[in-house]
Amino acid sequence: MFYREAGDFKTNYADDSQTFPIAFDRKAYYAAMFVAFCVIPLVINSYWEKSVLVPFLVWSIAALGLNILTGYCGQVSLGTGGFMAVGAFAAYKLMTAFPELNIFFVVFLSGGITALVGIAFGLPSLRIKGFYLAVATLAAQFFLVWLFNKVPWFYNYSASGQITAPERTVFGVIVTGPNAPSWATYLFCLTILFLLAWGARNLTRGRIGRSWMAIRDMDIAAEIIGVDPLKAKLSAFGVSSFYIGVAGALFFASYLGAAEVTEAFGINQSFLVLFMIIIGGLGSIFGSFAGAAFMVLMPVALKNLLVGGLGWPTDIAAHLELTIVGALIIFFLIVEPHGLAQLWRLTKEKLRLWPFPY
Amino acid sequence: MTHTVAEAASDDLEYAVKEIQHGIPPRVIGEPVMEMKHITLRFGGVTAIKDISFDIREGEIRAIIGPNGAGKSSMLNVINGFYHPQEGEIWFRGKKRGPMKPHEIARQGIARTFQNIALFKGMTTLDNIMTGRMTLMKTGMLSQLWWWGRAQAEEIEHREKVERIIDFLEIQHIRKTPVGRLPYGLQKRVELGRALAAEPKLLLLDEPMAGMNVEEKEDMCRFILDVNDEFGTTIALIEHDMGVVMDIADRVVVLDYGKKIGDGTPDEIRNNQEVIDAYLGVSHD
Repeated sequence: MFYREAGDFKTNYADDSQTFPIAFDRKAYYAAMFVAFCVIPLVINSYWEKSVLVPFLVWSIAALGLNILTGYCGQVSLGTGGFMAVGAFAAYKLMTAFPELNIFFVVFLSGGITALVGIAFGLPSLRIKGFYLAVATLAAQFFLVWLFNKVPWFYNYSASGQITAPERTVFGVIVTGPNAPSWATYLFCLTILFLLAWGARNLTRGRIGRSWMAIRDMDIAAEIIGVDPLKAKLSAFGVSSFYIGVAGALFFASYLGAAEVTEAFGINQSFLVLFMIIIGGLGSIFGSFAGAAFMVLMPVALKNLLVGGLGWPTDIAAHLELTIVGALIIFFLIVEPHGLAQLWRLTKEKLRLWPFPY
Repeated sequence: MTHTVAEAASDDLEYAVKEIQHGIPPRVIGEPVMEMKHITLRFGGVTAIKDISFDIREGEIRAIIGPNGAGKSSMLNVINGFYHPQEGEIWFRGKKRGPMKPHEIARQGIARTFQNIALFKGMTTLDNIMTGRMTLMKTGMLSQLWWWGRAQAEEIEHREKVERIIDFLEIQHIRKTPVGRLPYGLQKRVELGRALAAEPKLLLLDEPMAGMNVEEKEDMCRFILDVNDEFGTTIALIEHDMGVVMDIADRVVVLDYGKKIGDGTPDEIRNNQEVIDAYLGVSHD
């Protein structure tokens, strides 16, 4: 009843192509931003930070990154974990080598370094597609993890092979390492996610985004109307790896605090992010958030329900949790192969007409 | 008011005179924009095109016809750089063309549509046609990231041009529909729009009327003639419907088994014995 475009006349092309064309959506968006930036930091506690909010923010960034590559440009990648490791180790090396460097620069520079690595590993995409490319990126995953294990320079020759995040501050407040207050870590990650999501939306709606989608939908036609496949594919790899590198840096510096490469950035993480975008919706910014929320929240909710609510032993609950998440993924893919984003879109279509059937 | 036949005829004449006086230029066929000289294209041992030469003149509608497997689509693929001929020269707008990639050739002003529609299925009609303007858009990654300012201004500027094409092709109602959901005839029209959006010097149409009913064919003919007339776009088209070809083409080139067997105006082609033989078959006795 309130969800209508009626009366909301678009009189120029800028208004017509805005992100939220319906007034109700715009208000909901501003409200969500207000809650995220002004309310949650006041009420957040360590449990919510560590097990729900910060992982959601960090995985959202990774999902956005992979969605740009796989959802928008159609290049399947299984190297997400490896690229996150590049971001994490770049951040670690930058933090230890240049202690004066502001943490924002560290994070974005790590993203930049990952982008270069991503472009290098994206080169095979100019020759191969689909499953074969997935296998090539799988090689990147294993090579990068092996590299960070094998070369002690990357972990500053520490005996355990672990990297530990030093404390860094923004406006005098610690945002990395174990001593950072919950609200500060949260706001730090949220700000970066906000900027990156903003950028992702803008990139995907303009010239560059269309060149990616053209390559995804019909690469031969794209080339014949003037899209340079080399530029389009490598820019997708670059931007995507930038996002994933930033996610890796935050995952290490703000969330984990200390990391060991095989454990923190293994192939499981690659699959996790891939599941996020498949469940959330390929080629959708909203889908990246929805998928990240689903994959982060579902295990936490199940654990609370089974262990906290029903009083089951932790180990059985942990195993059952995996089974249930797996079953839910299959269920979702059968019911809606285009993911949560498509469900959301259909709901909005229905809402526009509600309470009338058509 | 009643009009006699004579009055109506004089009205028509008056209108035609006015049309000329008010600056709507009559169709002019100019110099050749594209010249194919002795093109030979082989795939391994198969020769798809054998020593074919022909030209396309500025402002004309040039049809390429021939039985199945004659090498027509291969010829278009040679023109837009998808295949590279082993022998022969291609001259475009007075210059010999070196080896180029398809996207560089698109940048020179050659656009095309495909025999089996090659639209971007996940994108809306509007986005598909906007993608057609890829070669004309310039803003870099940073201004795209920021959006406000240069990127948005460019987007709106091109949107205005695209809206004109949408009006022209009468597809306003499907502007924001993903093209995968559209019926075949409309998809063909959107594809024509995408090719037109690049403001091409030379437009290649590969069977624009394949699989259409009479009404859709008439619409498509009207659009092709209007494009040629209003924008002065040079058009080269492949078509199997002889009625259409003979009606709208200025000149026709006929291929058979990779060889050129006829070249001339529709009337000349109609009376060419070799062409008749190729289409109707000859008895070998």
